[in-house]
Amino acid sequence: MSNIVAPNRPPEAGAFFQRDRDWHPPAFTPGYKTSVLRSPRRALLSLNSTISEITGPVFGHDMLGELDDDMIVNFAKPGESAIGPRIMVYGRVLDERGVGVPGVLVEVWQANAGGRYRHKKESYLAPLDPNFGGCGRTISGDDGSYCFRTIQPGPYPWPNGPNDWRPAHIHFSVFGHGFGQRLITQMYFEGDPMIWKCPIVKTINDPQAIEQLTAALDMQATLPMDMRAYKFDIVLRGRRSTMFENRPEGN
Amino acid sequence: MAQKLDRLKESPSQTAGPYVHIGLTPNFADIGGVYPDDLGAAMVSDKTKGERITVTMRVIDGAGTPLKDALIEIWQADAAGLYNSPAERRGAADPHFTGWGRRATDMVSGECVFETIKPGRVPFNDGRLMAPHLTVWIVARGINIGLHTRMYFGDEEAANAEDPVLARIEHKVRVPTLIAQRSGDTYVFDIQLQGDEETVFFDI
Repeated sequence: MSNIVAPNRPPEAGAFFQRDRDWHPPAFTPGYKTSVLRSPRRALLSLNSTISEITGPVFGHDMLGELDDDMIVNFAKPGESAIGPRIMVYGRVLDERGVGVPGVLVEVWQANAGGRYRHKKESYLAPLDPNFGGCGRTISGDDGSYCFRTIQPGPYPWPNGPNDWRPAHIHFSVFGHGFGQRLITQMYFEGDPMIWKCPIVKTINDPQAIEQLTAALDMQATLPMDMRAYKFDIVLRGRRSTMFENRPEGN
Repeated sequence: MAQKLDRLKESPSQTAGPYVHIGLTPNFADIGGVYPDDLGAAMVSDKTKGERITVTMRVIDGAGTPLKDALIEIWQADAAGLYNSPAERRGAADPHFTGWGRRATDMVSGECVFETIKPGRVPFNDGRLMAPHLTVWIVARGINIGLHTRMYFGDEEAANAEDPVLARIEHKVRVPTLIAQRSGDTYVFDIQLQGDEETVFFDI
């Protein structure tokens, strides 16, 4: 583990902003059937962040392998590559104050171009791509920016309703600088008509929140004759400044 | 007119889905050759200071069935009560202790096991010491936003009795849902998602 903080930014140690639970999906969403027995029913205990939540694990670039951010080749046989539309996904990890968050571990996973996961419990008919594992990771730079290469995942059916399909999506797991910022979400693709039919997407009540999870096609960042680019910014919880007796300048 | 605050909105959460292990513990999911090891697999080494303990956790749904596709992360202080984090201002934590562990629950038994150390006490915001605890975060298919809770230690009666967070729980009958019982060197912690014994979850 190494120091994640950019040289001109002291580590922050303030409490996190309160989470807007109307913006996040509620726990109990019967349209997404698995939530019925897995949703806490009692009120959460509200607590201002303590040091247990404002601190969190640190991940250094030294832990990354050379191909960790390239899902086109990180599971492929030498000289081969995953099958499907090649894409680049890039953006920034920001906090609610709009500040780039450096040193954030971003882990991603997804189905292959046919919509099939490499998992022993996966039962969809689509073929398994022998050159696609489906996982990647990277760490955000000093300005919070990140980028990885992959193939566009396919949509797939799932046993919720008799005819429910997931839109094409990439799962994102992000750490901030404190354990209270821990977040897992999904990225959807601009223009996909399946987004608005999906029971998991519909666990989110606010259409603007769904649009925040929808990556935009970026033709300027697209590499001609190679891969299209999608821009996806991730926003983590903001935090308050804290004045310390031994550091009166605060954050 | 005053200036605008211009806050962004936090990215809304989505379920980790049934295949969270592909992304976060790929070796556990039999996707070898991408990462040498799954992250969070080893919290301690031979040099780590503190009392070695084993923590066994399960996550149990509203029908009493352990989740076989859950992922649990824990975050804790070292034996001296310091966190291995740049935001820790009270001193340097044990460099041989990561403080962070990640485990998938077993696909048959629903259990997961953390090999770690007993944490020291850390202060609440007003300076009172909290009882030793693990910060616990749970994701799985059907959980729309990761659940935060804590695990306290059953053999710390005195510290638990004065813990300012446990004291915030109005319904005292629910306090035991956060306390793991010791059996030898092992603490057993069942997280109940629903029902009479529903675990206290936190909005932190």
